Amino acid sequence: MELSGGQIVVQCLKDEGVEFIFGYPGGAVLHLYDALFHQEDVKHILVRHEQAATHAADAYARVTGKPGVVLVTSGPGATNAVTGIATAYMDSIPMVVISGQVPSAVIGSDAFQEVDMVGITRPCVKHNFLVKNLEDIAETLKKAFHVATTGRPGPVVVDIPKDITDPSIKVAYKYPKKVSMRSYNPATKGHSGQIKKALGLLLSAKKPMIYAGGGVILSEASKELIKLVQTLGYPITHTLMGLGGYPATDKQFVGMLGMHGTYEANMSMHESDVIIAIGARFDDRVTGKLDLFCPYAKIIHIDIDPASIAKTVKVDIPIVGDIKSVLKEMLALIKNGQNKINEKAVSAWWTQINKWREVKCLEYNRESRLIKPQYVIEQLYEVTKGNAIITSDVGQHQMFASQYYHFDKPRRWINSGGLGTMGFGLPAAIGAKLAYPNMEVACVTGEASIQMCIQELATALQYETPVKIINLNNRYMGMVRQWQEFSYESRYSHSYMDAIPDFVKLAEAYGHVGIQIDKPEEVRPALEEAFALKDRTVFLDILTDRTENVYPMIESGKAHNDMKLRVAIDTPINRELA
Amino acid sequence: MRHIISILIENEAGALSRVAGLFTARGYNIESLTVAMTEDETLSRMTLVTDGTDDVIEQITKQLNKLIDVVKLIDLEEAVHIERELMMVKVRTSRESREEIKRTADIFRGKIIDVTVNTYVIEMTGTSEKLDSFLAAIDEDSIIEVVRSGATGISRGEKGLHL
Repeated sequence: MELSGGQIVVQCLKDEGVEFIFGYPGGAVLHLYDALFHQEDVKHILVRHEQAATHAADAYARVTGKPGVVLVTSGPGATNAVTGIATAYMDSIPMVVISGQVPSAVIGSDAFQEVDMVGITRPCVKHNFLVKNLEDIAETLKKAFHVATTGRPGPVVVDIPKDITDPSIKVAYKYPKKVSMRSYNPATKGHSGQIKKALGLLLSAKKPMIYAGGGVILSEASKELIKLVQTLGYPITHTLMGLGGYPATDKQFVGMLGMHGTYEANMSMHESDVIIAIGARFDDRVTGKLDLFCPYAKIIHIDIDPASIAKTVKVDIPIVGDIKSVLKEMLALIKNGQNKINEKAVSAWWTQINKWREVKCLEYNRESRLIKPQYVIEQLYEVTKGNAIITSDVGQHQMFASQYYHFDKPRRWINSGGLGTMGFGLPAAIGAKLAYPNMEVACVTGEASIQMCIQELATALQYETPVKIINLNNRYMGMVRQWQEFSYESRYSHSYMDAIPDFVKLAEAYGHVGIQIDKPEEVRPALEEAFALKDRTVFLDILTDRTENVYPMIESGKAHNDMKLRVAIDTPINRELA
Repeated sequence: MRHIISILIENEAGALSRVAGLFTARGYNIESLTVAMTEDETLSRMTLVTDGTDDVIEQITKQLNKLIDVVKLIDLEEAVHIERELMMVKVRTSRESREEIKRTADIFRGKIIDVTVNTYVIEMTGTSEKLDSFLAAIDEDSIIEVVRSGATGISRGEKGLHL
């Protein structure tokens, strides 16, 4: 089969089984777009800004586990994609970004819409390629998908000069079935000796903690994690990225840990004597002050990326390998007799943890005449019966969603954890809805974040992706305001926006349904109405309590046992703490 | 502590900037960096001298290994190794100082490879430390120009860095 470069790219995507490609056309990719025009297998989703293409593709990858694919033009198209590429990189999301480049002959001459995409993206991709010959396209794309999806996943950029996709030049096409790279052989199986040693330490624990992150989800190891946690009977906490790996409604789940983690999760981490970190990377939002992090614990760390191990926190037993494979091996050892836990100590440990739970750190003022953001998330959880895919932007609303929507299944909680990218939520919701049209998808956002990619309301209409936008509108950049309240004596420097648009009219202008509410009793009916409108995108603008803060909070530079709490109820332990 | 990291890397455009970029992005030091093609033209060998605590060096080697283009690397400090750097020094000479400079160069096993009426160019190889010592041993004011290659190294004995 003889094909042109443009046709080869499209054919490669078909052969790779790509369902959607998120993109925006431009000069350098015109040949490619022409090749896309003549086929229907790969569906192109036209976004309104390239950043949104990357976020939508990223979310598609997060909900399906398959790589997201993006197509952008050179220059500004490419640079607009960078934020989304960095977002995927920080959260280890498999993505292949194809960017057009100016023709080979003018590269380096500051040609129109030229930018060194390979250079610009180098620090925020797993790898990138500049294709120099037409004959190399197929193999390069195969390599790109291979690198993006194996080992610790991540985004890969393939930059293709315009002349390489010229429709008048054709070569024989064959998509390689397999690709091998001598310089890239990611680990899969963990070291058996280390796994045995780790299990020994884990079983000897008196105050064990299981600390699991996004790696569990990336590795599809939720089933194995549940089995391990339930076999051992130990408490488990999740990072922001791990939520859904273990069912949040189970009694062994003590909530999220870290800066806005629960009192019981953070206290348990602080007092624990053995911690097993599973696919988590000891991010600074998790550890707080490093010198004071888990002072009494021996640490086991399972991660597929050797560079994640001992990066910030010293580890006693490192295991480099795929989480699923390592957990399977651990479970087999337990089954074969290595299963004696220190029952007496663990039972005393649970007594302690349950006492911490009595603080009820997520309780808030339910009598308020203002809409509490926490209440909205609780109602969202009930109305969707906990079964929706929730995407979020970044800020207070993101934390409220992570705290009050109880994720029982993996790949339901879609947020920018590592990079913290405002503007992620709406395009992410569109990507998720395209992947699973029969699932409810809600974007929990705020009036500041949503305006960073608001133009995607048009994409939602064009591709009929009826998502529900839950806008927690407090007329502040809430998280910035909260930090300014705590650390800058309430000097709210530029964290307030004047001239916030009328979101109801805005939604209507884009062809959607807009609803605004400002009373607590309106929350439930409004949510029900929104989700009843099955085939419409609904923008639910909810005017919430402007001064609400996210608690608990470990302020920067503090330890896990040094949390700011919102003491909302009177219990013996709260009296003791006071 | 000073470490010499020897890297086999795909001989591809951009490979060098991936390594250099990693060091700036993560705030690691580069004392010197040399790179050239090996006997296998698909591979380059890079020798990188850096400085850091054991933890930092461990992260550096892990992060380098993580680069897709890096095929293999070793930290030469982990075993006995030989280190060499090439230096060329142009010095101003006078009738009185010519002999003295020549003698000092001989002591350091340097070679004079260019002579004019009032200059010498001295070529010298050795460890970076030896080259430093030579520069300290000659009159500072006589030095017109110094060019150093940065250190390269190889392990002793059977062990080697190859595919």
